[in-house]
Amino acid sequence: MIPIHISVQTEDFDVNAQMQQLRQGNSGIGAIAAFVGLVRDLNEGCKVSNMTLEHYAGMTEKSLADIAEQAKMRWSLQGISIIHRVGELQPTEQIVLVLTASAHRHAAFDAAQFIMDYLKSQAPFWKKEVTPDGARWVDARESDEKALTRWQA
Amino acid sequence: MRVLYFASLRENLGLADESINEPVLNVSELLDLLAERGQQWDEQLRQNTRLQIAVNQSLAKRNTSLSASDEVAFFPPVTGG
Repeated sequence: MIPIHISVQTEDFDVNAQMQQLRQGNSGIGAIAAFVGLVRDLNEGCKVSNMTLEHYAGMTEKSLADIAEQAKMRWSLQGISIIHRVGELQPTEQIVLVLTASAHRHAAFDAAQFIMDYLKSQAPFWKKEVTPDGARWVDARESDEKALTRWQA
Repeated sequence: MRVLYFASLRENLGLADESINEPVLNVSELLDLLAERGQQWDEQLRQNTRLQIAVNQSLAKRNTSLSASDEVAFFPPVTGG
């Protein structure tokens, strides 16, 4: 049993505190990979003043837990933490955190990428941006769907 | 069964959730039933080739079977992360 922490929340997160929590009491961890996604102030040529993240409460947590479970089966990991924020966010704010802990770096790096690739194309979150032209739903990128193919070979 | 709509679908259809009591065997039959409400419903759901479907909070397809106690959700491609 490795610790798997999943949280969907409106509050911000502290990367260091989350990392501390993940590695606490486990001296077998030799590597932690961390990915932090941020809100940009520019998307597809438009200035973004803020964004709202909608989600499917219940399915979101289930979907993130499923993805973490798949990563755990695939790599030798010693802990996984996934935090995703919802609600209203401003540019430069943190949106998502993925931490993967393992004995050696390769498993941690690969698992973090795998989790983000699946999160981006399967976890039920939707971004709506406010731009000078009004509010608009962000379009899904085909490249996000394609990113999965390398894990399915 | 309970039917939920998210993001742009929720806004375009003007509905977040509803109960459907008519018996339908699978997602495709549910989409046929909803499409009878008019062009907007037909275009946003049945004819929408990018439509994403979840049954009981797991990703599903148009041929996924349904029963009265199921929770079905329709939404556009996801954009989190």
